[in-house]
Amino acid sequence: MFDDANIIVGLEIGTSKICAVVGEQNADGTLNIVGLGQSPARGMRKGEIVDAALAEECVRNAIVEAEQMADVEIRSVYLGVTGGHIRGFNNRGVHPVVSADREISEDDVQDVVKNAKAINLPAENTVVHAVRQHFLVDGHDGITNPVGMLGARLEVDMHVVHGNTNRLQNSVRLVKGLQLEVEEIVFNGLASSLALLTSEQKELGALVIDIGGGTTDYVVYYDGVIKHTGVLALGGDHVSNDLAYGLKVPLSRAEKLKLEHGSALVDESLKGQSISIVNELGLTLKTVNLEHLQRIMSLRLEEIFQIIATDLEQAGFTDYLRAGVFLCGGCARAPQIAKLAEPVLQLPVSLGQTNSISGLKSALDQPEFVTAIGLAKFGSLKTRKPKGRSWWPSLPLPWRAFTR
Amino acid sequence: MKPNLENPAVETESSHARTIKIIGVGGAGVSLLDTLNSEEFAGASFIAVNTDGQSLAASAATVKIHLETKLLRGLGTGGDAERGQTIAEEQFSTLKTACAGADVILIIAGLGGGAGSGISPVLALAAKESGALVLAFVTLPFPCEGNRRQQQAQQSLEQLKAVADGVICLPNQKAFKLIDENTSVLDTFRITGGLLVEGVRGVWQLLTRPGLIQIHFDDLCALVRNRHSESSFAYVEASGAGRSREIVEKLLAHPLLDEGRALAESDAVLVSLMGGKDLTMAEVNRVMEQIGRHCEHAQIIMGAAVDMRMKDRLSVTVIAAKHDAKSSAAPAPTGGSDDHGEQTTPRGATARSGARCTTSSPAFNLEQREQMLAKHAGRPRKPASKMRQEPVSLAIVSKGRVDKSEPTVHKGEDLDIPTFVRRGVALN
Repeated sequence: MFDDANIIVGLEIGTSKICAVVGEQNADGTLNIVGLGQSPARGMRKGEIVDAALAEECVRNAIVEAEQMADVEIRSVYLGVTGGHIRGFNNRGVHPVVSADREISEDDVQDVVKNAKAINLPAENTVVHAVRQHFLVDGHDGITNPVGMLGARLEVDMHVVHGNTNRLQNSVRLVKGLQLEVEEIVFNGLASSLALLTSEQKELGALVIDIGGGTTDYVVYYDGVIKHTGVLALGGDHVSNDLAYGLKVPLSRAEKLKLEHGSALVDESLKGQSISIVNELGLTLKTVNLEHLQRIMSLRLEEIFQIIATDLEQAGFTDYLRAGVFLCGGCARAPQIAKLAEPVLQLPVSLGQTNSISGLKSALDQPEFVTAIGLAKFGSLKTRKPKGRSWWPSLPLPWRAFTR
Repeated sequence: MKPNLENPAVETESSHARTIKIIGVGGAGVSLLDTLNSEEFAGASFIAVNTDGQSLAASAATVKIHLETKLLRGLGTGGDAERGQTIAEEQFSTLKTACAGADVILIIAGLGGGAGSGISPVLALAAKESGALVLAFVTLPFPCEGNRRQQQAQQSLEQLKAVADGVICLPNQKAFKLIDENTSVLDTFRITGGLLVEGVRGVWQLLTRPGLIQIHFDDLCALVRNRHSESSFAYVEASGAGRSREIVEKLLAHPLLDEGRALAESDAVLVSLMGGKDLTMAEVNRVMEQIGRHCEHAQIIMGAAVDMRMKDRLSVTVIAAKHDAKSSAAPAPTGGSDDHGEQTTPRGATARSGARCTTSSPAFNLEQREQMLAKHAGRPRKPASKMRQEPVSLAIVSKGRVDKSEPTVHKGEDLDIPTFVRRGVALN
């Protein structure tokens, strides 16, 4: 029998599927996946809830399935959030060291973090994450732990992820309506990168792109810390839409075609080939040109990568990502997507693999579950250090009061 | 004073013999009159004209004319220029008697209110009829004082220009360049009043001081009369060594001359220098040379005078007159063109409403707009969209899955529309 108190559950309410991952903290601190529940999502658009009743039902199904598989009762979850309204930016806080001997103490660190958190957000936004990047002592960059060092001026760079309060609240209330507690809300991109990246890759510089059903989240790591995040409200749904419009087929048929015959790059050998859509009697209803199908899909996916590439260029990160790009999410299954992305992003692209997580092999291999697994990993990292979470992303107080 | 009529043929006419009357009209005019009523301007008679009994009571003018009817009950025009005008017309004879026997009449008024704007054109007419030269010094209200005042001021200005020989007007707006954040309202009005007084002083000196190089009074008249325009004027003073250079610098930085631009744009410039015994020719030359450089196309009239009392100081008065081609000759009371040359009518334009969308007319004020709207009540008016074409949307009937959600807009493009449609990729 599992000790209920030791499980960590990550819940991702996605646009195409809802996924709950139950993980167990091992003695040595690594995570073991013991259960996975999923359900196709209804009532979701572009990562946000549009029909709460439908969405609630789907979440319930997913949770029940996960509970059954893990044979445990789920009481609290780490909830993943996304949406076009989420933004991330870097902020710097400054604090002069006041002690006579100029030694930097814990208090100084707390003060400078507080200063960095004093940001001007739009009134309707709240902070989801405020992640410490690096400290600077007297302008000297790259310091991870300044306590004990000497200096006159302490600065800290923080990466802040913020989103529209009401929309974030929608997801939280939905989960609370199921008698589940929300331990914390986590940005989906952050969770995915936690699941995929090793510390070495984080040091070298890596970009994680999670192309889901409704949204595409991307996160840049460099020097071991998060440097840049972003969300695009584009995803697999847009690809299906494009296909439905372009091939003049209904949406469900378009989805099926996408899954069966879709490809990120147009396959030259398919020129002139077409698929016939048959009804139950075997009579041909419609023929669909495969080349068109792939071209439509390819254009849409390419556009997504182009937007990300432009954003990175503007932020100035193109030269820093030595470890390359890692794809996850449902759309990462599209054949040859890595090949499509490489010339656009001008970086080596590969499919992400979860690491340092054991458990259900079937779950770990699939790109769709990376986010939920990452959420569980986030939870495990949180619960690993109950006090003195000085190096971990700290949660600002308002959300605390909110989720309890 | 000897009622000495102007005789242009006699060159060395003693300027002391000229009768000058300074008339302050309206609240602003009357209070400015008190500033002028000092020994500096001794020799002129001061007359205060107003409808408001209280302001007249407070004035120190020798002659006070209280324009009054039963309607007003001593409370003033209430900011209505029309009322002021009616009253003045009724009491035309009184005004004319007051102006009689003068060679030069200087009218000082602050336009925008009821008395100043309404009475001064009528007064100017009366002064003209009595045979004197009429010069008006007026201020235009601040834009923040509202549309009505602006309108009344403009109308009154037009009428004055038609009647008076010269109008020197100072838009209060220009005083903004002289004040800063912390200047009080009182001080600001004092400053604008002060600027006007300087102008009066400049002309006064022209009229009354004996000069080394005489400016004939007629030159002044000719300058201002034939131009029917807004004149800019400035009065600067400097003392000490290098004063000629300082004077030129001050002139070119003077807000009333638009930092020298007014000089460049003018057709005729009148410069009058005044100094003490030690006024040197070199200084005069230097000043004139500099000024001349800035208004090469203008006709320059120069005069210099010596005042024994000005020991070390040098003062220069500049009046720059510009030929304003756009102003019409005789504006009718109900219709006229404003300074921007656009035809605006105070009582609603009918056929013109369609063209409103092409220009943003600063004189198109709330009142006119309301009147026009009232005329076209019921007819839906969307002036802006007549000229602007609606953006044509791509022919997507339904966005499918993402139909009912917020559109994803990136750099102005709606990304929900399929990529191949936006890029125009043909599928055949």
